[in-house]
Amino acid sequence: MSGRPHHTDLRLVAVVAAGGAVGTLARYGLNQVLPHPAGGLPVSTLTENLLGAFLLGVLLEGLVRAGAEDRRRRVIRLGAGTGVLGGFTTWSSLALEVQQLGAGGDLRLAAAYGVGSVVLGFVTCTLGVLLAARLRRPRDAEADR
Amino acid sequence: MTVLLMALLGGAGAATRFVVDGWFRGRWSTRLPLATIVINTTGSLLLGFLGGALATGAIRPSVLVVAGTGFCGGYTTFSTAMVETVRLAQSGAYRRALVNAFGSLVVTVAAAALGVGLADLLLA
Repeated sequence: MSGRPHHTDLRLVAVVAAGGAVGTLARYGLNQVLPHPAGGLPVSTLTENLLGAFLLGVLLEGLVRAGAEDRRRRVIRLGAGTGVLGGFTTWSSLALEVQQLGAGGDLRLAAAYGVGSVVLGFVTCTLGVLLAARLRRPRDAEADR
Repeated sequence: MTVLLMALLGGAGAATRFVVDGWFRGRWSTRLPLATIVINTTGSLLLGFLGGALATGAIRPSVLVVAGTGFCGGYTTFSTAMVETVRLAQSGAYRRALVNAFGSLVVTVAAAALGVGLADLLLA
């Protein structure tokens, strides 16, 4: 392991890119399965973002609790986390959809979708972190009981 | 072909985010996760411009899929922004967590609207 910044390591950049392509494909697939009418709630983006926030919470908390980051854990974090889940979730679609709902005159739905995404995203991400913390509880703590 | 290009640009977007994030963190240490905010704001500006360009007829829907769903979607991220918000709250910085989450929402929606407006201005 060298001390150089990870983002200047071309192999790690390639790992992120590969993961990002997979995550983007999965998001596109879900967009096809969950289409929404113009002016309606963007259920596909909402589903992707809430699910991705939950899974990234599980992944990153699980990795933190697994111990110091070695090369294998770094590739998992960057490939599955930064790449797949980063590419699976999207903030730009959320922002444009809120703008479009508002420009279409439905300010109430625009605000509910924007604020609801952030609030529920925080909740699902917290649940993911708590779940990983529970699964990764040190064994000796359980043996003490 | 469109879907393949979209996936490739999604990967390029994620790689760009990784590099921009690392570059940003190497230069500035901030109390808010500014790198992610900058990434999500610039990505929203670009997607707004693409959405506006589609509305004016300047680009085809397939271009929006490749550059918007692909690049902008891969470049911006909701999951990382949420983890960063949860970490702020876990450290007791509740006000910063609120500012990060809702400030990001306001700034990125404004950026998307600016992008749409720019496309109207330049392409219509």
